[in-house]
Amino acid sequence: MKRFSILLLVSMILFVSCAPKPSTPQSLTVMTHDSFAVSDDVIQAFEQANNVKVTFVKGGDAGAMLNKAILSKSAPLADVLYGVDNTLLSEALATDIYEPYASPALKNIPAEFQLDSSDRALPVDHGYVCVVYDKAYFSAHNLTAPQSLEDLTKPEYKGLFVMENPATSSPGLDFLFATIKHFGDSNYLDYWKQLRANGLVVVDGWETAYYTNFTGASGQGTQSLVVSYATDPAYEVMSASTPIPDAPVAAVIGPDTCFHQIEFVGILKGTKPLALAQKFVDFMLSASFQADVPGQMAVYPVALNIPLPDAFTKFAPIPSQPAILSVDDISKNRDAWIQAWTNAVLH
Amino acid sequence: MKSIFPRRILIWFAPLIFLGVFFFYPFLRILAFGLSFETLKANNLQLAVHVLLFTFYQASLSTLLTLLIGLPSAYLFARFDFHGKSLLRALTTVPFMLPTVVVAAGFNALLGPRGWINLTFMHLFALNSPPIQFVGTLGAILLAHVFYNTTIVIRIISNALSGLDPKLEQAARSLGANERRVWWNVILPMLRPSILAASLLVFLFDFSSFGVILLLGGPTFATLEVEIYIQALQMLNLPVAALLAFIQLLCTLAFSILYTRFSTRVTIQSAPRSANQHKANTIKEKVFVFAFCVLLFVLFILPMLALPLRSVSRLQADRGQQTQAHYGLTTDYYTELFINRRNTLFYVPPITAALNSLLYAGATVILSLLLGFPAASVLAKPGRLEKILDPILILPLGASAVTLALGFIIAFGRLLISPWLVPLAHTLVALPFVIRTLQPAIASIPDRLRQAATTLGASPLRVWQNVDWPILSRATLSAATFAFTISLGEFGATLLLARPDYPTIPIAIYNFLSQPGDLNYGQAMAMATLLMTLTTVGILFIEKQRLPGVGEF
Repeated sequence: MKRFSILLLVSMILFVSCAPKPSTPQSLTVMTHDSFAVSDDVIQAFEQANNVKVTFVKGGDAGAMLNKAILSKSAPLADVLYGVDNTLLSEALATDIYEPYASPALKNIPAEFQLDSSDRALPVDHGYVCVVYDKAYFSAHNLTAPQSLEDLTKPEYKGLFVMENPATSSPGLDFLFATIKHFGDSNYLDYWKQLRANGLVVVDGWETAYYTNFTGASGQGTQSLVVSYATDPAYEVMSASTPIPDAPVAAVIGPDTCFHQIEFVGILKGTKPLALAQKFVDFMLSASFQADVPGQMAVYPVALNIPLPDAFTKFAPIPSQPAILSVDDISKNRDAWIQAWTNAVLH
Repeated sequence: MKSIFPRRILIWFAPLIFLGVFFFYPFLRILAFGLSFETLKANNLQLAVHVLLFTFYQASLSTLLTLLIGLPSAYLFARFDFHGKSLLRALTTVPFMLPTVVVAAGFNALLGPRGWINLTFMHLFALNSPPIQFVGTLGAILLAHVFYNTTIVIRIISNALSGLDPKLEQAARSLGANERRVWWNVILPMLRPSILAASLLVFLFDFSSFGVILLLGGPTFATLEVEIYIQALQMLNLPVAALLAFIQLLCTLAFSILYTRFSTRVTIQSAPRSANQHKANTIKEKVFVFAFCVLLFVLFILPMLALPLRSVSRLQADRGQQTQAHYGLTTDYYTELFINRRNTLFYVPPITAALNSLLYAGATVILSLLLGFPAASVLAKPGRLEKILDPILILPLGASAVTLALGFIIAFGRLLISPWLVPLAHTLVALPFVIRTLQPAIASIPDRLRQAATTLGASPLRVWQNVDWPILSRATLSAATFAFTISLGEFGATLLLARPDYPTIPIAIYNFLSQPGDLNYGQAMAMATLLMTLTTVGILFIEKQRLPGVGEF
């Protein structure tokens, strides 16, 4: 009798735990870089439509995040990885962390963004790292803003230019890439020596460059030219404490003054809820997420026919002649370029 | 003797299991993953030596300077009674937990090219360029280290000072010793264990310094930890990072062993004191108290004042003509904290961030005291086992946090996503502080007091309550304060995985500062002000606790 009741109990527990529970949502973990953001209602719509609870974890900047994903390859920390960009894509693909997925949503995305032909990393958004200037400073000092990379070495801009260290900051590294594209592998260091002679200021990262050194942001700085993003003017207008009619800053738009950055999403190999992860990738490429991208992350959507916020169309035009380097070039030379730059500019 | 040994092992069990699981296992995993003989090439070793020398150099200088300011300040707080003392003491602790980005902003408002001091000089002497170059100098690194770590010296040494039996000094004086001899021959020798403990903690903090070097030192300075960060997370060069982390670990171990050699020789015996503090009487004392209050204000409070000031001033109109910038007062940044204007999923309501921060801090205090008490009590009467284990307990403080964070990823995988890992990681940093704060206090309890009480018929509990606790209560509060501030400051948390749905105040500050726009900057300053207020109030609250058995305060 006793044995029977135990058997009954065990089978009841088994039954209860095996019974399908449509009401409990499945869970999906998405690892992103620190700059990821999304609207509340956009995610909620995805969660409700698919009966899923999405948990986001932030893994640091894009480089740190990728490193964590590579280290945890055998037991992935997440199901989906968002935020690897074209400067890191080669490493990500070489370490074989992604599960390929040819999303049907890719048909709405121009081929120029699809850098991985085997669909392991799918493009989500793109942006531009540019030289940004403080408009008020230049008009107050009767100076014209620089038009090109060459202009930055002119005496009238002496001591006015601040950038981030390419070894510790991704906008700094992107700008270094832009100069390599423009001047070529054999000449770019000469350009940097001229910049150094013209009073170039190098700081650790974007926060310091923009909020401490740049005159256009906190009012405390001494440099009126900063390596930052093409969307800064739009963001300054959208995040002003009192409405302002015009953007206080603008990007220098000239040949190769901006570096083109594309960010990717991919499914991590070994994920259990594979179908769900695929749905999430579809969702990131869908119109609702793509339309949300500019306002939340200050980058441009990759999908076609996505309306941009007013501030973007007015103040943050897409740079016409951006610098582009192939992912293989970057992967092959990145460490050597950073080392050579460090020796030429810092030592 | 035989019966004591297993009991000691039992006491060691919890702290050692904790360190084993959350420090040694992940650290060894990542070293095993990254280290290889191929890394031992001339250029890598050259880099290591170069970086190690600078790391050692700046840490030694910083520690000396910190002691120079900290020792007299500890004396000030231990021996004198003056108006606003507890507030000043609490405020000197605030820097310890401020995120480096915020501290850099504060120092810049004061000493930067457009800072108040440079602007004043330029105005007074009609200069065209700022006379003081601060950011990017060794001076900035040293000043920031003093700013961060003086509180360690103040807390540990003023505890020891106020626990000293004044009868010893009085005896020396009545035997004809002058003030200097009393210091050299009586007070300093008795303070030696505390001074050594404080110096070691400060040195290890400076040795493994990271944010300060990056943000205030600029790109031309690199410590081991900065180079590890660059190699591991930016260059994706794990072998070199592991080599450097291994060197850093060996150095930390060497310092810790050296320290345990020196510190176990002297034990002070003291009794609970309450009459050690007095008002400044002589002119010399009054000058000392006044001068040091001013110095502490200038060094610790002035750089922080910029943050609350910036959080209520609008700096938008007339940008570009900074010399005539209009400072309008506003509360916009505070009201904006409560609005999710862009409807973002990761919006952080300030109350939630504050509550999460406090929750993690509370858990860290409890956990580190629970683990720290047993370890400190056996370390106070060290046997052979303790001599070996003592230096090991300090290792997490000097070991590379960047490397450890990567080790966590290999070791724990998806468990890392749990928000419970946050207080565990904070406890790892807080534990060495808690142990170093409690150990000298426990060692200072004279056995004869316990024996006397037992002879008089007191139960073990009674003995603990009436003999041990009155002496330990102050050290316990100090240890709790360390754990509390370490957790509030989110030490190293940005290196682990962040859960945006469990945000804390420092995380919220980082989020605001990563986007352009004056609202974002203003809100970061408002959040930083909130963090400062919360810490000050929290420390005052901990210190005002009238623990049973404490007759003073």
